[in-house]
Amino acid sequence: MAQKVIAYIDNFNGAATASSWEALGAARHVAEAIGGGVGAVILGQGVEGLAKEAFEHGADEVLLADAPGLKDFRPEPYASLLAQAARQSSAEVIIMPTSGRTRELGGMTAVDLETGVTPDVIAFEVQGGAVVATRPVYGGKLLTKEVCLKARPHILTLRSRAFPKPELSAGKSGTITRLEGASEAKTEVVEYKASGGGVSLTDAAVIVSGGRGVANNPKLTPPSEIADEKQQEIWRAQQGFSMIRDLAAVLKAAVGASRAAVDAGYIPYVHQVGQTGKVVSPDVYVACGISGAIQHQAGMRTAKTIVAINKDAEAPIFKIARFGVVGDMHEVVPALTKALKERLGR
Amino acid sequence: MNIVVCVKQTPDTAATLTVQSGKVSWGDAPLVINPWDEYAVEQALRTKEAHGGKVTALSLGPEQAREALKHALAMGCDEAILVSDPAFEGGDSLVVSKALAAAIQKIGSIDLAFFGRQAVDSETALMGAQVARRLGWPSLSLVAAVAALDPAAKTITVERMLDEGRQVVRSPLPAAMSVVKEINEPRYPSFMGIRKASKAEIPVWTAAALGLDSVPAPVLSWPEIIAPPKVEIQCEIIQGASVDEIAAKLADRLIQEKVI
Repeated sequence: MAQKVIAYIDNFNGAATASSWEALGAARHVAEAIGGGVGAVILGQGVEGLAKEAFEHGADEVLLADAPGLKDFRPEPYASLLAQAARQSSAEVIIMPTSGRTRELGGMTAVDLETGVTPDVIAFEVQGGAVVATRPVYGGKLLTKEVCLKARPHILTLRSRAFPKPELSAGKSGTITRLEGASEAKTEVVEYKASGGGVSLTDAAVIVSGGRGVANNPKLTPPSEIADEKQQEIWRAQQGFSMIRDLAAVLKAAVGASRAAVDAGYIPYVHQVGQTGKVVSPDVYVACGISGAIQHQAGMRTAKTIVAINKDAEAPIFKIARFGVVGDMHEVVPALTKALKERLGR
Repeated sequence: MNIVVCVKQTPDTAATLTVQSGKVSWGDAPLVINPWDEYAVEQALRTKEAHGGKVTALSLGPEQAREALKHALAMGCDEAILVSDPAFEGGDSLVVSKALAAAIQKIGSIDLAFFGRQAVDSETALMGAQVARRLGWPSLSLVAAVAALDPAAKTITVERMLDEGRQVVRSPLPAAMSVVKEINEPRYPSFMGIRKASKAEIPVWTAAALGLDSVPAPVLSWPEIIAPPKVEIQCEIIQGASVDEIAAKLADRLIQEKVI
């Protein structure tokens, strides 16, 4: 069966990423506008169970390749299969969530099909049978509209949390079509090392972030065995981040950081939010001791509600914040953690 | 090791951008080497320093993109090549990946091609994977560390930074890799390096020189580019007699407004 719109269901260890369903919902929206059905492409090993979830999230058909050789995402065989699915369906549009995997997958599939790929889409409309996608450029300082008129399918990767999840229709089912003939992977996944990062930043509904200010707690005296000044500063910062982690725990939030905090060695790069780190769109972003440089704003400006806690009343972060506290985060954050704990009963 | 590093010239990230009749302008702000690409250049140089060989910096762009190549030369790259042709102007990632892949093939016998994670202007983060696909090479993106490199066996093992953690991947060479900033701390160009770069000959390779008889027109177009609408946000500053009072008020407001 030919489905005009294909949604790619990104998965890790056999579980679909949350934003994959956002892609499927967007695919349904496009299919309704241009006419036609939605096919969900599911690739991996032990992923057949995801077909049921895909039907319940709105897929008309599932195009499935479930094979031992597809354990661990590798872009080469996955791109071949996705390109094959697109050809088989004469797809007009392929929609996928944006992740570390799909940037490679989208790019390679576009080369295979000699077509256009628009990454990190935050909004789109359908005009005359084509998708006009909007995506941020120049670190989010500008937005460009992008359209693919000269080739098909147009491949889009959607920014996580920029589109709603579709309603579930329990028990809905459809046909499963198997994709055969994956090319051999060129690379071998040796192992995974856990990041220890807790809740994933890109999927998080709430993020609590710390900046350079986490190290500036005047009331702390580092233990005497830490003589080195830089090590003392890092020790202070770690105490600051432990306050941020406590607040994050109450809010079931992910922990973020500004570039200044990462560059100073306070916290690993995987936590960095901003132009040279992760771009996030949570419901709530709590910025603690972050001044809000333009490069940091590039990574979090699209948060629905920003809460800023900073000593400096003139800090740019207050210009984009909905709620602000001018004060020392080392006093305000623990007090806020306590107040929220009481109110939320967590 | 025969190494290529692809760099792009971009406006400085601190530049104030405006859009005038559909064109992006950065005023007097300088054009620089894409900040992400400095990590790629650094990694290319470290690879050469550890295993010997040669590093060629490659850039596609107008004549002025020479300056980005000079920065790469000043950091220590051995040679630089500018891929430039009116036919590449306004090219999308399909066009650019085709030209860069053709240039890498023309250099010949490359073991590793380095890329920055993404360019700070177009922000696509596609180029490493697309060039790899065109060359039939493995793509290693988001590389945060090189765990092992064996030039004799032609294998490399890298750690990739995924949302779910670090993925350790072994790959044959040649391969293309894009690096994240955790991988190293880029060096500053040395005085000697700057002098050497200012005298360096940078050849220009046109589409014809790359054997691309006809450069396809871009499949993507950009009907509109705008500054995001200014959202006027009135920040509600929470005040109180004590920190506990402020925290209590803030918690109440967040719950009232259904923020949490």
